[in-house]
Amino acid sequence: MNRRKFIKKTALTSFTALIGAEIVFGNHMISGYQPLALQKPDPFKLFQKDKQMVILNDKPWNIEAKAHLLDDKITPNNYMFIRNNGIIPKEIDIKNWTLTIDGESVVNKKTYTLAGLKSKFKHHTYQLTLECGGNGRSEFTPPAKGNQWTIGAVSCASWTGIRLKDVLEDAGIKNNAVYIGYHSADTHLSGDPKKEPISRGAPMIKALQDETLLAFQMNGKDIPLAHGYPLRLVAGGWPASVSGKWVERISIRNKVHDGTKMTGTAYRVPCNPVAPGEKVKDEDMCIIESMPVKSLITYPKSGALIKKKETLKIRGHAWAGELEVSKMETSIDFGVTWQKCIIEKPSNRLGWQHFSANIRFPKKGYYEVWARATDMLGKTQPMLLPGWNPKGYLNNACHRIAIKVK
Amino acid sequence: MSEEKDFNATLKKLKRLAYFAGFLFILVQIGALFLLYDPELTLLRTGKGSIVTEVKLDEDRIENGIHVRTGLIDAKGLMNVVTNCTNCHSAKLVIQNRMNEERWNATIFWMQKTQNLWDLGSNQKIIVDYLVSNYPVKETGRRSMLTNIKWYELEN
Repeated sequence: MNRRKFIKKTALTSFTALIGAEIVFGNHMISGYQPLALQKPDPFKLFQKDKQMVILNDKPWNIEAKAHLLDDKITPNNYMFIRNNGIIPKEIDIKNWTLTIDGESVVNKKTYTLAGLKSKFKHHTYQLTLECGGNGRSEFTPPAKGNQWTIGAVSCASWTGIRLKDVLEDAGIKNNAVYIGYHSADTHLSGDPKKEPISRGAPMIKALQDETLLAFQMNGKDIPLAHGYPLRLVAGGWPASVSGKWVERISIRNKVHDGTKMTGTAYRVPCNPVAPGEKVKDEDMCIIESMPVKSLITYPKSGALIKKKETLKIRGHAWAGELEVSKMETSIDFGVTWQKCIIEKPSNRLGWQHFSANIRFPKKGYYEVWARATDMLGKTQPMLLPGWNPKGYLNNACHRIAIKVK
Repeated sequence: MSEEKDFNATLKKLKRLAYFAGFLFILVQIGALFLLYDPELTLLRTGKGSIVTEVKLDEDRIENGIHVRTGLIDAKGLMNVVTNCTNCHSAKLVIQNRMNEERWNATIFWMQKTQNLWDLGSNQKIIVDYLVSNYPVKETGRRSMLTNIKWYELEN
């Protein structure tokens, strides 16, 4: 009896150990790690991002997607990259949120409430491609300083708001206006209240485009906090840093805006081509405007194993900054031959375009499907990296996925 | 009679031996289970008290050569980097960058000029030495091969 009891007890303990181990130790781990675990909130929950998103940086927050996560025609929030330069504003009081239009070249400095903006000006919705100027930076050699984006710092959501030009014209634009610059509610990483984390802008010609919005909605809902709630400037086709988040003030400048990250080497590339690693003086760096032609294969995910007789359906998106993509091709032989794809028209100007193709593989083995877009001016994506630049911007080299045919 | 006695005694001995063997077997099993779940025998070593000591884990503890709090490699100069370089931005920003000595120094100068970074004094050389030796530049050429491919069956 004693022995049986003993065995029974032992067995029970063993099972408890078996089943309970994770929970028991988990509890201890959590209490042990609490000071750390609680320091940093779960970003996936915090920003409602998919768990497959990649966190490059947590102070400031920089999170990117993977190619296969960007398969949706309209990018949902959970797959949208986050690129922040400073600390996200903490308390947003939308009742007292105002937008001020000022600057050397404004006729009348004006301040609008959020409700005022929404009721006074006509609403417009556009699907706009926003790509970080440094998307693809990780591939440059010698490496460039900054967040090492691979391919996922691009999105194309649907943005609803008012035209920036309607507001600028309401305040009045002087003839000597050159540029607009935004000022936002985010705070500097150092905590210095006198420093702006980022204050960029665009020349008047971009500011006055129909598609340049002061947006208050993304995909039909309030903009998520990490993406600029309650008001975001959205300038599709240009480096996404032009699309200032949490905008409180827009200055109409009589010169090129000189805010943080407008000067020096930020969001600039050498005016003339340079050798890899070459030093470039600040005055020889030129501001990036329209982003170059580029594309992504979003289906299937890289690494697909298929059977020999199967046709592989692929799809993805292509975009070309200010321009439209006019041709899309794929190659399964490292560029020896290219096959044309079907490429759709964009839903509106500055929206990305969807492409698709059916690919047949002649024999079994390892393949890479390379995708190459060409814009309406005949400019094509390079297979190798484009010109090296000190900050690693504008890598529009062809995207490729690995396929094995069995 | 004595034969029977002897037989009984042997039987008793055998029985005891069998019980002992059984007990030993169970002990080994328990031990094995224990090892499976707690290979480092932390519970055995410190009992319940261990949990308390674990709660007060060192903020700057190192596990598998990594400074747990920041993810930085444990090497000469680690704490100089932790104290000087992770106040404003995450260590993740440091780790993902690969630069030579000259460019790290230029980056530090830029942070001092524009980002309120303080004068690092003699720490600067220690920090830069740490960075270039633990996070060296990788030459990838003009396009690298696809790596880390996770193969999967595609259902068409």
